[in-house]
Amino acid sequence: MERQCFMTFRRVIMAALAATAMASATLVPSSPAAAQTQPQELKIGIVTFLSGAAASPFGIPARNGAEILLESINKGSLPAPYEKKGFGGVKVVPVFMDEASGPDPISAYRRLASSVDFVIGYISSEHCLSVAPAAEEEQKLTVLFDCGTPRIFEDNSYRYVFRTTATAAVDNIAAARYVYSRYPNLKTVSGINQNYAWGQDSWKDFSSAIKSLDSKVKIDAAQFPAIFAGSYSSQISTLLAADPDVIHSSFWGGDAEGLLIQGAPLGLFSRSHVVLTAGEPILHRQGIASLMPSGVVLGARGPHGPLAPENKLDAWFSKAYADRYNTEPAYPSYHMAQAVLGLKAAYEKAQAASHSEHPTTAQVIAAFTHLSFETPSGTITMALGKGHQAVEPAAYGVTKVENGKVTLTDVKRYPVECVNPPEGIKAEDWIARHFPGAKNCPK
Amino acid sequence: MKIDPGNLRRLLGVVLLVAVLALLGLWLAGWTRFLLTVALGESLAVIGVALLMRAGLVSFGQGLFSAVGAYAVAYGMRLWGIHEALLLLAVAVAASTLLAVAIGPLICRYRQIFFAMISLAFSMVLYSILLKFNTATGGSDGMEVTAATVLGYHAAAKALAGVYYYLTLACFGVALFATAAYYASPAGYLARAVRDNEIRLEYLGASVSRETFRAYIFAAALTGLSGGLFALAVGHVSPTLAYWTKSGEFLFAALLGGTSSPIAPVVGTVVFESLNSYLSAYLPNVWQMALGAIMLAIILLMPRGLWSLYERFSARHAA
Repeated sequence: MERQCFMTFRRVIMAALAATAMASATLVPSSPAAAQTQPQELKIGIVTFLSGAAASPFGIPARNGAEILLESINKGSLPAPYEKKGFGGVKVVPVFMDEASGPDPISAYRRLASSVDFVIGYISSEHCLSVAPAAEEEQKLTVLFDCGTPRIFEDNSYRYVFRTTATAAVDNIAAARYVYSRYPNLKTVSGINQNYAWGQDSWKDFSSAIKSLDSKVKIDAAQFPAIFAGSYSSQISTLLAADPDVIHSSFWGGDAEGLLIQGAPLGLFSRSHVVLTAGEPILHRQGIASLMPSGVVLGARGPHGPLAPENKLDAWFSKAYADRYNTEPAYPSYHMAQAVLGLKAAYEKAQAASHSEHPTTAQVIAAFTHLSFETPSGTITMALGKGHQAVEPAAYGVTKVENGKVTLTDVKRYPVECVNPPEGIKAEDWIARHFPGAKNCPK
Repeated sequence: MKIDPGNLRRLLGVVLLVAVLALLGLWLAGWTRFLLTVALGESLAVIGVALLMRAGLVSFGQGLFSAVGAYAVAYGMRLWGIHEALLLLAVAVAASTLLAVAIGPLICRYRQIFFAMISLAFSMVLYSILLKFNTATGGSDGMEVTAATVLGYHAAAKALAGVYYYLTLACFGVALFATAAYYASPAGYLARAVRDNEIRLEYLGASVSRETFRAYIFAAALTGLSGGLFALAVGHVSPTLAYWTKSGEFLFAALLGGTSSPIAPVVGTVVFESLNSYLSAYLPNVWQMALGAIMLAIILLMPRGLWSLYERFSARHAA
């Protein structure tokens, strides 16, 4: 009996020890992040989708954009005003991480944040929303580069979080303005969007912006297939039957390509004017780009890619990117460039202000707030969210196929004050109140 | 009241394990402790899945209760203004238990693939609801869960993760002990007998439906608690918690650890999440492939889970 009792007790202890050994074997504490004062190099965590459906259209172009930029920054081969090597002379080293990393985005973020000086990342709005509070807790300067939800700085304010790209509301407001001025006899508008926040919000912003511009336009037959549904025949049939003047879609990646492949032969793109707000990456897809018909209104979530303004930075960026990766940079590459260059500009401004080669995070934050900086897409200003959220101009164009090559014609540019809500007003309310303060809109 | 010596022993074991983990929490770096917080919280859902497997029920939709627990915490905060973590967790457990009581009598009539499929269906229904009613649920972007107080103590932002670790650890200890006591109780043995031979169990005078229902509710309560802890620690809830891949992860962690002991699924979860984390950090481009290969190897070499290693070891030494 005594022996048995001893045995069971020993088993309990063994169990406890086994579990602890297991835990401690895998959970070795990491060394604390390099001290802020004298870094030999700056480590920048770059988080984009390296796996899954968002990797090919967004994640990889963004990752490549970061890679070519940081390498060139270290060489000092960028045009003005970024000709300084590194970040003001300090070498920068990227640490790439898959946005789909386990076990959950926050655990992965905290792990990354513990070993880098700054984080740039996040394509998914859900990830941006959950990472922002964690960034505050970790007190790690984090630049959100691509996600679209306006909720981040409309519902909260953050000290350590910046977003160097405009919200998706801007894309849809500009899209509404574009089709409204281009098709003056516009009577009916419909849409096909993915049934998750991105698609739901995009449609809500677009349809309410149209309504706000002209309350007589009829909104009808909005379709919400599941994300990655793959087949859209029933939705295409419904849209063909409804026969609207304009069809809005925020489809991206495989879904956008699927809509093109399945919809074009059925006449979807010739019977209605289709607007693809995030359609620009399709132009860089070999074998798919050639399927793009003429007359599609195409957006790039800002003045990026073929919609980028002419400047030296864009000329350099698209050439350097194309030389390295044998394809043109897509809009996520441009969004990444905005984040990297914004951080570089802020770091160098903080260096100048603090007369130190190695400014503190607080000094970089102070320099970043309300900063204006040059990018391949023009000047970006951190005007909203108490200086933490960028405003961007917008641009749309219509596809034109000539000799098998797709170009964008009738490009219209929308200045910042025409499509971005002013500070303190939610995008949703700004649309509903007929864009108070909007000016300089092209006819 | 007579205290069962077996339970005393189990209590001692749990207290010892929790004490060791508590000390570990002092030594671990911030993010590893956070990883352990998430893994220990999630392990309660995996225990729930293992508990059902022990009764012959393979749930492919345990994410249902995890999501209910997590959203209960989010809504408890937003709608009712509850900011006490223990109260929020109580709401999470109550919500998931109530749901289990409501749908359990239907689900528990099914076995094998039918049980798996109908549990999957219920979780996907919740997933669709959370996605579709986006004005009330935040849709796929989810909802924020702000910092809660623990026993009235309002932790500073920097200390919050530490406070949540010990909160999770305390809940983990209670749940682990309850599971161990259940496994050793007559009800626990009857649940195991359901898997072995239902007809014989009925002949013995026990009720198969009552035992499966009891196991189902217990598993739901554990999973609801797990979801609540996840919501607090991560600070964000989203419908992916109810998506079938999440339930698949629970099932996988249970298979990885084994189902013979209440601690086995915990080992499975901690190993699974650590692998997940380290592989994605060191092999950002091929981590999923590496994870799959390691998992496959473990399952092929140890079909009864990692815990069978310990059992083999202790059997040899007891002989």
